[in-house]
Amino acid sequence: MTTTTLRPRTAPAPAPAGDRGPALRARRRRLLHWIAVHAVSVAAALFFVLPFVFVFLTSVMSDGQAMSGELWPHEWNWSNYATVFHTPGFLDWWKNSLMYAGLGTLFTVCSAVPVAYALAKFRFRGRRTAMILVISTMMLPPQVIVIPMYLVWAQQLHLSGSLWPLIIPMAFGDAYSIFLLRQFLLTIPQEYIESAKVDGCGELRTLLKIIVPMAKPGIAAVALFQFFYCWNDYFGPQIYAAQNPGAWTLSYGLESFKSAHSVDWNLTMAATLLVMAPVIIVFFFAQKVFVEGVTLTGVKG
Amino acid sequence: MALPPAPALRRKHTRERLRTLGFLSPWLVGFTVFFGYPLIATVYFSFMHYNQIEQPDFVGLKNWKYVLTQMPLFGPALWNTLWLVVVMVALRVVFGLGIGMLVTKIKSGVGFFRTAFYLPYLAPPVAATVAFVFLLNPGTGPVNEILGAIGIHAPSWFNDPDWAKPSLVMLSLWGIGDLMVIFMAALLDVPKEQYEAAELDGAGAWGKFRYVTWPAITPIVMFAVVTGVVQTMQYYTQALVAGKLASGITFGPGTVIQPGYPDHSTLTVPQLVYSLGFQNFNTGAACVLSLVLFVIAMGVTTLLMRKRAGLLAAED
Repeated sequence: MTTTTLRPRTAPAPAPAGDRGPALRARRRRLLHWIAVHAVSVAAALFFVLPFVFVFLTSVMSDGQAMSGELWPHEWNWSNYATVFHTPGFLDWWKNSLMYAGLGTLFTVCSAVPVAYALAKFRFRGRRTAMILVISTMMLPPQVIVIPMYLVWAQQLHLSGSLWPLIIPMAFGDAYSIFLLRQFLLTIPQEYIESAKVDGCGELRTLLKIIVPMAKPGIAAVALFQFFYCWNDYFGPQIYAAQNPGAWTLSYGLESFKSAHSVDWNLTMAATLLVMAPVIIVFFFAQKVFVEGVTLTGVKG
Repeated sequence: MALPPAPALRRKHTRERLRTLGFLSPWLVGFTVFFGYPLIATVYFSFMHYNQIEQPDFVGLKNWKYVLTQMPLFGPALWNTLWLVVVMVALRVVFGLGIGMLVTKIKSGVGFFRTAFYLPYLAPPVAATVAFVFLLNPGTGPVNEILGAIGIHAPSWFNDPDWAKPSLVMLSLWGIGDLMVIFMAALLDVPKEQYEAAELDGAGAWGKFRYVTWPAITPIVMFAVVTGVVQTMQYYTQALVAGKLASGITFGPGTVIQPGYPDHSTLTVPQLVYSLGFQNFNTGAACVLSLVLFVIAMGVTTLLMRKRAGLLAAED
């Protein structure tokens, strides 16, 4: 294992002939390998972390300095963050993002759990077809169906200018969440369900009392993904909420913030960090759930 | 096992069918209303002249002919989308696999490195794009400052038609976290004994990768490629936001700007759908383009079903 190298240039140097023992040679090789791996890792870490660092450093610069090309702030203007918060609308965007992400997640989980359970555990005709349809919906670019959908919400239901056209459909099963949950439920042995039935549980009771508690990690992953999806969504709010700034979300508002403060990179970077912060904080609290969830999408697939 | 008498069996079947329907009902409604209907309506509108105010008017294949043969932006949009599908997906898979392998080899500080590599994936796309437009802006951006200081003549990134797409690729590589985790998990699943056996057979680093690692992770690579293609065909937010912000045009809500700055180099098919449908109110043409996108997406999905039957087969 120790001589496996990532890139040809990190291949171990040919061992000098003669006087050194094989143990010493192996140790030297291992050390070189360690150095190579960690040097590449540090370089990679710089690529991933430096953008955050520059964004942060700029976010505390003075207005004047932010227009220069300097990298390190002369003075630390924490008040930039207060200025961003006091921008008209900014708090509303927060509120709207939380509503969209909160309700969207709740609706998605409630509707996806029974569907995923049926697709994973019931035997019925058309089950395979149903799965194919779910996956097809998952693959469909949202732009394909957006126009007729928009016309219905705007012209028949008069709900454009709000986030409801995005939230309501989530009460009817989001394909990606159904797929992910089903993959998770497949791993629950059938015996648990059988024994619940023997104990006289109906299907609904079995689902709520046996399956849901066992599927908590899967449900948590789905909830997190959906929360992030809503929080990050730009296309949806652009279609339905664009004409009413009172309904904008953070993701949508951030872009207009930049346009309104075209030269104030410091304020824009502060706002950018404030949009990134919630997801990153959530991540640190739920790291394990998250990484397991991502793995689930790939490995089980 | 003795069969129950026929009427009881039938009753049981009916009950089971109702139960299944009940559990599936949220999705059945959702699929019909939020997928089936709009898809059919898209086909309907593709044959109509409809500006979203007057009544739709049947025009036959006029919209189709317009989009496919006359619309000047169709070519660039399709080209950009295909360019991104090929280049972005390929580089993401290679880079994701590289970072995944790197993480499995780190001995010290693996927790730090893993988190550092993963974090950018979580940044909301709009925020990440705003950050990159700042980092790469040719006037005062830190990247060009640094490159300038060490004597490299840096390009204008998002402001240069030749560099705008590569800049988007770089942004997508920054958010490699999802692929890193998937590849990492797959790599850790490869049995250690196989490497040892290969070593005994005299395999070097490349031999071990080629004959042990690669066969074991091919399904995951396939998965990454196909989901990458599907995602990239929807590529919208980053391209739109980067183009808008880099153009420096100040605009309020409702301001119509030509998408794809600079020189349509970041115009993707989904952006063109939006532009036609919601800025030009050319519903017919927008629906035609939607269907073109739909056909391509379904083509890839069918391919996925063929190649990766495992997606469904996990049940047995």
